[in-house]
Amino acid sequence: MDLVVNGARHRIQSDPDRTLLAVLRDELDLTGTKYGCGEGQCGACTVLLDGAPVRSCLTPAKAAQGKQIATIESLAQNGHLHPVQQAFIEADALQCGYCTSGMIMSSVGLLKKKPNPSDADIKSGLQGNVCRCGTYPRIVQAVRMAAKASNGRVA
Amino acid sequence: MNGFEAERYELHATPTYRFVPDRRDFFKVIGGGLAVLLVLDASADAQESGGAGRRGGGGQAMPQEIGAWLHIAESGAITVYTGKVEMGQNIRTSLAQAVAEELHVSPSKITMVMGDTMLTPFDIGTVGSMTTPVMAPQLHKVAAAAREMLLDLAAQEWKADRASLSIEDGLVRNKASNKTLSFGELTKGQKLAKTITPDARVTPASEWKVAGHDMRKVNARSIVTGEEKYTSDMKLPGMMFGRVVRPSAFKSSLISADTKGAEQMPGVVPVHDGDFLGVACDDSAKLDAAAAAVKADWKTVPQTNSRELYGHLKSTAANAPAWQPIEGDTHAEATYNVAYIAHTPLEPRAAVAQWENGKLTVWTGTQRPFGVRTELAQAFGISEDKVRVLVPATGSGYGGKHTGECAVEAARLAKAAGRPVKLQWTREEEMTWAYFRPAGVIEVRSGARRDGTITNWQFHNYNSGGAALRSPYNIPNQIAEFHGSDSPLRQGSYRGLAASANHFARESHMDELARAAGVEPAAFRFKNASDPRLRAVIEAATERFRWGRAEDRAGQGFGMMAGFDKGGYVSACVELTVTNGAVRIDRIVQSFECGAIVNPDELRNQIAGGTMMGIGGALFEAVDFENGRILNPRLSKYRVPRFSDMPEIDVVLVDRKDLPSAGAGETPIVAVAPAVANAIFDATGQRLRSMPLKLS
Ligand code: FES
Ligand code: FES
Repeated sequence: MDLVVNGARHRIQSDPDRTLLAVLRDELDLTGTKYGCGEGQCGACTVLLDGAPVRSCLTPAKAAQGKQIATIESLAQNGHLHPVQQAFIEADALQCGYCTSGMIMSSVGLLKKKPNPSDADIKSGLQGNVCRCGTYPRIVQAVRMAAKASNGRVA
Repeated sequence: MNGFEAERYELHATPTYRFVPDRRDFFKVIGGGLAVLLVLDASADAQESGGAGRRGGGGQAMPQEIGAWLHIAESGAITVYTGKVEMGQNIRTSLAQAVAEELHVSPSKITMVMGDTMLTPFDIGTVGSMTTPVMAPQLHKVAAAAREMLLDLAAQEWKADRASLSIEDGLVRNKASNKTLSFGELTKGQKLAKTITPDARVTPASEWKVAGHDMRKVNARSIVTGEEKYTSDMKLPGMMFGRVVRPSAFKSSLISADTKGAEQMPGVVPVHDGDFLGVACDDSAKLDAAAAAVKADWKTVPQTNSRELYGHLKSTAANAPAWQPIEGDTHAEATYNVAYIAHTPLEPRAAVAQWENGKLTVWTGTQRPFGVRTELAQAFGISEDKVRVLVPATGSGYGGKHTGECAVEAARLAKAAGRPVKLQWTREEEMTWAYFRPAGVIEVRSGARRDGTITNWQFHNYNSGGAALRSPYNIPNQIAEFHGSDSPLRQGSYRGLAASANHFARESHMDELARAAGVEPAAFRFKNASDPRLRAVIEAATERFRWGRAEDRAGQGFGMMAGFDKGGYVSACVELTVTNGAVRIDRIVQSFECGAIVNPDELRNQIAGGTMMGIGGALFEAVDFENGRILNPRLSKYRVPRFSDMPEIDVVLVDRKDLPSAGAGETPIVAVAPAVANAIFDATGQRLRSMPLKLS
């Protein structure tokens, strides 16, 4: 089985039924994507499949075949942070940071679909992501800032 | 009020060994340069020494109690060593700010080595909101001493008047000659060590330029890019993956185990040692099958269920309260319950263990690396100097990661496998096999005069802990006692654990007594508060909230609270709406005073975070259990606060530059439940006395 992760094609040894999360973390060493619950409840494992956020803990690797898989590691380009990453730093939208990759990937997915979201859009768009440290207000602020900074065009 | 009250359930283990740095080894390990060590024992003299280090007779190399140290290498690199750990409370940044303030360098130039039992001084643990009040002042002192040493070195070098020298932006500058020297130029070829005592002079908070100001996290970039390595992200050469095979109920003992099936699987090492059963696999994909191949027979015993919890806590209490007669025109009497809740850190605990020549190294996210080292040494019967515990980035703890069970398990697997092993607990394991915030029953009887003066206050807490037990109001006739009980579940620390329960009961009861006496709740609190700091936070919160000036809509309610714990004063006002029995918190105004503020923006973030977390304990979270099994050990069954629960949170900071800083990681959480309970009563007329608050 081949997977295209962050623009590069990888030959995958794992069983195609294994979760995408396990393949990313344990086979490809892309550990920015986190395990938090394994049942689609926390969003820590969020990656983009053809631009749309999915829970990699519930996605069998084979379901990602032939699609573009994007993880948190792909967002910064040539040392330049993605506007959402930049906004998370500026809004201080993180404490322990364990939810942050998933929050950022969900936010990028949201902004691709809705470049100028209202606060209600942000909250409902991120409802499946848990921040146990409770930084929700800062995350809403960060997504708002990122939307503004990227002027309706989120890559 | 007398400062800090020990949390009864901070899980402590007395250390049998403390790291005593030998100055000679010290420079061997860290290289030459300049070092400042803070000696906690105030009786030890400040000493200064050149060369490789002074050794007294009898091998008494260094004072026993080192709080922290700072090293400036010959390259000029600044490294601070502290036994504290970063779990999202932002101390990596705030402690770097403290050092930067005194050394006059940018915080980004400072490397913080934290929670490494080989390199950092002994530390009891990152617990009880003590980092800011204790560690930050220590680092101020250490860094101030280093600054003075650098100035001395520069004065010698230039043969200049010390008064004409200053440090700006990491350079020592001679105003007279307009020459500069970098720290590295000054420390080159030096082996200078200085010990200082806690009474060393530091920059007063009112003059801070770096500390006390907003600053983004020093490691924020590596977090947002996914590069930050948490324990669960680690990989060592040859590392295997572990899984523990567990019984289906607590208090089970192993009757028999058959590991033959697992033994035959390639790349799988089963381990059976006493009651411990587990597997190590060369590929994480094999874990499920390998664990399933281990057959075990367990024996368990009947255990208390959550339905019987509160009766059980009362009936097993060590002693019964001695109630006194109540005076006053109005009496109130009520019982409050608090459920067990799970910390639910987003990163379930994880550990990586490695044995090399009889020495054990474990990386794990714990708030007590030195305590975990003790647990490991005891578990394997080796001395503590053979064990090193390091704390990588951690997906938080909230008081839930004080213990080393996962570290011990990983080490046991690694020992059997003869290779490093990573053990990552599953979410279910995290919510079953760790420990919980204690449940509790609190009985209160009180009396007040017609004018609202409290005459009598009797407060008895069963099992949920003694912190913030006494009322901060001015009540001469006050009895407040804690009664230990038999806890059906394993219980331990939690962010503001006992204070949450005690504030919930006290501040709910304050409302009940106020209403019984016919006095408006805020006025009632003012009437009985004489502590000016308590009055100040109540004033700040009620003013911002415009307390008493808003009209309720249908289903709307307003509630408030005030309190004190761990050096922090808090008051909160809540506005909420009840529709068809569902509570939605619309707005929380929280005022907080914890002395001199170290980093206002981060403080707001901590307070808002604590408030969000408090909403969980107030409204939804409760551990359900039956006969030794947790019935809801999953996020799909255990509801934690989400974006939809987010109210408008308005934080009012009361800055007291004249007072020492206290921590803020815990106290804000205590405000939520009582203010919400009082607002629910205001909205519905129903008094809810059990956390989580559920309308029937
Ligand atoms: S780990 Fe996938 S949603 Fe929690
Ligand atoms: S920052 Fe800790 S879980 Fe979100």
